[in-house]
Amino acid sequence: MNELIKFFWTFLHTITDVLPIAGIIFGFQFLVIRKKIPNLKRVLTGFFYVIFGLALFLQGLEDALFPIGKLMAAQLTDPEFIRQSVFASVAKTIPETIAQGAQIIEFHWSQYFWVYIFAFTIGFSTTIAEPSLLAVAIKANEVSGGSIGIWGLRIAVAIGVAFGISLGSWRIVTGLPLHWFIISGYIIVVIQTLYSPKLIIPLAYDSGGVTTSTVTVPIVAALGIGLATSVPGRSPLIDGFGLIAFASLFPIISVLAYAQLSEWYGKKNTEQFNKVTTKKRE
Amino acid sequence: MKSPIIHFAKTIASSARDLAPIAIVIAFFQLFILKQPIPNMDEIALGSILVVVGLTFFVYGLEMGLFPIGESMAFSFARKGSVFWLLTFAFCLGFGTTVAEPALIAVSQKAARIAAQGGVIETTDIAIKQYARGLKFTVAFSVGLAAIVGVLRIIKGWPIQWIIMGGYLLVVGMTMIAPVEIIGIAYDSGGVTTSTITVPLMTALGIGLASSIKGRNPMLDGFGLIALASLTPMIFVMAYGMLYS
Repeated sequence: MNELIKFFWTFLHTITDVLPIAGIIFGFQFLVIRKKIPNLKRVLTGFFYVIFGLALFLQGLEDALFPIGKLMAAQLTDPEFIRQSVFASVAKTIPETIAQGAQIIEFHWSQYFWVYIFAFTIGFSTTIAEPSLLAVAIKANEVSGGSIGIWGLRIAVAIGVAFGISLGSWRIVTGLPLHWFIISGYIIVVIQTLYSPKLIIPLAYDSGGVTTSTVTVPIVAALGIGLATSVPGRSPLIDGFGLIAFASLFPIISVLAYAQLSEWYGKKNTEQFNKVTTKKRE
Repeated sequence: MKSPIIHFAKTIASSARDLAPIAIVIAFFQLFILKQPIPNMDEIALGSILVVVGLTFFVYGLEMGLFPIGESMAFSFARKGSVFWLLTFAFCLGFGTTVAEPALIAVSQKAARIAAQGGVIETTDIAIKQYARGLKFTVAFSVGLAAIVGVLRIIKGWPIQWIIMGGYLLVVGMTMIAPVEIIGIAYDSGGVTTSTITVPLMTALGIGLASSIKGRNPMLDGFGLIALASLTPMIFVMAYGMLYS
């Protein structure tokens, strides 16, 4: 019963989020285009499904994923856990003095290895579940005549996010300035753009923005804030940010790399791909 | 024709497969690394079912509602030939979807608190609220602007890479002079603005336009709206931070 009431609120909340969009769409449709929407009934059912599905999805995330995800992010970045895992793995090599002063020591960045592994795997898996990435992948598959696989694109993007978030966690631990990383990332993107197949470029740029939404952001934000709170010398308000930026930059790099690799390994595929898309244009 | 029930079952199965990696990662870390039992198993199981069913409905609705309406509007605007109305629509869509975005509201409130801590604004509630609201509208405006530029680009056939690289240069240049506290927020704001409903609509609009305008290729010209919508907020948020300090 309680669950039903909660769902009702999530549902209402989703409706109010979608309302302005629906207002703009139908307003322009009736006032400017002034034509009946083809298959109006089907479109409205579709809208209902989107709202209903999104509400269920968000409710489920709130119930299941977010609490445990945030809890784990907090536990993995807890100094106590890091001390234990360090002792478990390299206990012999730790000098006595450091072991005694455990409460005040600053850990070496490599001692946060479970954090990086968690960042990588959770970044990958939440991106695979991201609905807006799925939407773009479906469209890309359709427009490219099937030569861009839905799974190929999703996995390429997910690897980018995974790598980005673990690098971003490392940055929070080391305290290096954020903009160095982002600017270096831009330089890589620019160089890759010069050598990539032209047709993939717009899609690759888009895949940066689509990755970070409903599923990824809350958990990644919790990880960033957890890290910035527990690492000495970091402020959660300032250093907690930046992970999302990493997660939206690195997919561009990984998708461009994926395109370059598939071009090198299969010239044939690209030719076929070009043929299909030029046919579409005509 | 496949029966709808089989189709639905298949969609459910693929949604479940999409979410399986998260379950595996969480179970692995919880059981083997943190060495703790998984709390509230029944709640998690129920929540996971909701997520799977929700994702299934979302994908259905996408194909039935969001994609067709985005594309049919793009076709109608292209046939009507009024660039003015098309650009107005693009702006409204970008602005309207962003201003109500919960993630953006959360980020702008955090930014306001940082500004208050750094002494940029007064630490009163009114000053913080005002700063947050200003920031929210700035970002929404910048996304609207991005939609205008993106649609113009599709009409004119400008290559996206030049616009994006120009944007990158601007971001890098502004990073050098913007207040340090705003940089992290500005960089993150690019990623949070594009929501689950905006992305399919914008994508459908771009592809619909590119396929209905002669000489445009949907692959080459249709994508790119999202990229612009995640770039302009960075520039505008930094500008906002600079103006305020």
